[in-house]
Amino acid sequence: MPWDEGLVNSLVYDRPDPGEGRVVSYGQAINEALTVALTNDPGVFVLGQGVDDPSAMFGCTRGLQEKFGRERVFDSPLSEEGMMGVSTGAAMNGMRPVFMHNRPDFILLAMNQLVTHAAKFHFMDNGQTSVPMVVWAAIGRGWGSGAQHSQAIQGLLLGVPGLKIVMPSTPYDAKGLLLSAILDNNPVCVFEHRWLMKKDGIVPEGFYRVPIGKGIRRREGRDVSIVGASHAIELGLQAAKLLADEGIEADVIDLRTIKPLDEQIILESLERTGRLVVVDTAWMKGGVCAEVGCLAAEKGFSFLNAPVARVGLPDIPTPAGYTLEQFYYPDAAKIASAARQLVRR
Amino acid sequence: MIRYRYTGEGVRGFEKHAAGQSPAALVGLYREMLRIRRIEEEIERRYHQDQMKTPIHLVIGQEATSVGACAAMRRTDLLYSSHRTHGNYLAKGGDLKAMLSEMHCRLNGCAGSRGGSMHIIDKAVGMAGTSAIVGGAVPIAVGAALAAQRLKQDHVVMVFIGDATCEEGVTSESLNFAALHRVPVIFFCENNFYSVQSPLATRQPARVLHRWAASYDLPAVEVDGTNVLAVLAASKVAVDRARSGGGPSFIEAPVYRFRAHGGAGDDSKSGYRDIAERESWEPFCPVKMFGEYLTGAGLLTPEKVETMESEIASETAEAFEHALSSADPVEADLYRHVYAD
Repeated sequence: MPWDEGLVNSLVYDRPDPGEGRVVSYGQAINEALTVALTNDPGVFVLGQGVDDPSAMFGCTRGLQEKFGRERVFDSPLSEEGMMGVSTGAAMNGMRPVFMHNRPDFILLAMNQLVTHAAKFHFMDNGQTSVPMVVWAAIGRGWGSGAQHSQAIQGLLLGVPGLKIVMPSTPYDAKGLLLSAILDNNPVCVFEHRWLMKKDGIVPEGFYRVPIGKGIRRREGRDVSIVGASHAIELGLQAAKLLADEGIEADVIDLRTIKPLDEQIILESLERTGRLVVVDTAWMKGGVCAEVGCLAAEKGFSFLNAPVARVGLPDIPTPAGYTLEQFYYPDAAKIASAARQLVRR
Repeated sequence: MIRYRYTGEGVRGFEKHAAGQSPAALVGLYREMLRIRRIEEEIERRYHQDQMKTPIHLVIGQEATSVGACAAMRRTDLLYSSHRTHGNYLAKGGDLKAMLSEMHCRLNGCAGSRGGSMHIIDKAVGMAGTSAIVGGAVPIAVGAALAAQRLKQDHVVMVFIGDATCEEGVTSESLNFAALHRVPVIFFCENNFYSVQSPLATRQPARVLHRWAASYDLPAVEVDGTNVLAVLAASKVAVDRARSGGGPSFIEAPVYRFRAHGGAGDDSKSGYRDIAERESWEPFCPVKMFGEYLTGAGLLTPEKVETMESEIASETAEAFEHALSSADPVEADLYRHVYAD
């Protein structure tokens, strides 16, 4: 059993109602998206360290090599920058690579190819080439992941023109957004969260897409907007329940995509509530929290009845030990507390 | 002090590679080298007029590598390059007007004024991508070759690198993956002994570059980079191998950069290399030597050369005039092609 499997298995999520459709886990939904994409387009291939391991990238790639062969689903050398470049070159020449990483930390080895090459070629050669590739990773948390196995790097990439960044929060979105990302003609980073991998949800069979660049309202409320993506939405919804017990109704906005950002859905929500809590799985500084907060100041200033609150990681590397980690991560209580302060001002 | 000397055979080195080449082909190779030399000289001459607001990296002294390698390739084969692009592009069949327009930041440049001299990219002739980061194009070329292999296309991919590229980790990663998957790529290494102003000896142990490359289990050879026929012969072997499914190759071609790393003129007098070193290579100028060989073989006459010079001069003048009189982009052009549809 992988080292954090027990931890992830122990997480408790709301169960979907099987009466509403087919119940599938988040990891299985990703597996289905890859299966559909590999089936529909011979140009799609999947690579990454361990995609054909028995643990199969949290189960996301299980069975794909058996089904589609070693040419299309293959383990890669421990050469993050090299393989990012290989993916870029293949994408520039008619293929649609899906380059998978266990953790975003490993993408940091490949920033030159991702940021300076993949994201730039289409612009640099005046549109002669497009780079339709997916860079996938699951953000780690807990069980000693620590400073080098839990980094959420979306903030670093948010300011890179030419990239798109997708952060699903449900199995339905994980499948639909991954299919959109694979079909997109640009480099798209898909950041999952390790803690969502065993979450179940209603997932249709076969092909469907969730559009990139569009957020969705997960809960309607009049008092405060909680905005975020990925696992932050899980926490935001838990916080909304706590707040509802106190008579505070939160509007929960799942961004789904953080680049391009659905500004409209954020501003509409803010117009209704006048209060904003931005939640992210990464550091507050310079990331989603900062960008959405700035949007509120820039375009939603007249809606604001209270300062913007950010709930994300403090400006501190992630500690490995749970003894310190308990003080580090945002949770529902911290989000609720931030919202409460805004409402009770 | 002369650190790096020419070690080839000089003019004597041509004869053994000339067999099987038609006189027209041989003269054509000379003309292409002469053309690149003269175009580069004209770029250099005009550079201080500040009409070309772009960093330039001249290939003066390195014409034989581009011309010999590209002569072994088809137009549909892909060439990836570094910051030193001019020779590669012209030898690959590039459009001189599109190149000069690009260097003058015009809308009708081959990259619409987004690339400049370091990103002369033109898919129409297989000039498929360049990188201004040393080693940046190397894995991309391997990826292009992987695509050609997986999509069962019959083109091959070549990437021009330098001695310093072999110091980049990603080059090792790329050689490893290319050899592992036997993709149709040729790593063409112009070893000009200097990275900007840093000599090879301060950057690498006294190893032989192509032997290092051979450790990745791929064929690696050394060829005289001033000898266009030797370059062509070695490139042809590698291209044929790649096209027939034989996988990647590495070619090391020692060659001398007669000018500074970037900009116009030679900067040897700054002291990073001895002027005597450059002078020791001048008799082995690739254009001059091949001209001598062809003249000796009765294939080239002063009259023929004069005709070439005059044609090249008018082509170059016309292309500069075209670039200078072409329209600039407007603000709306800035917003295009950030994302692909």
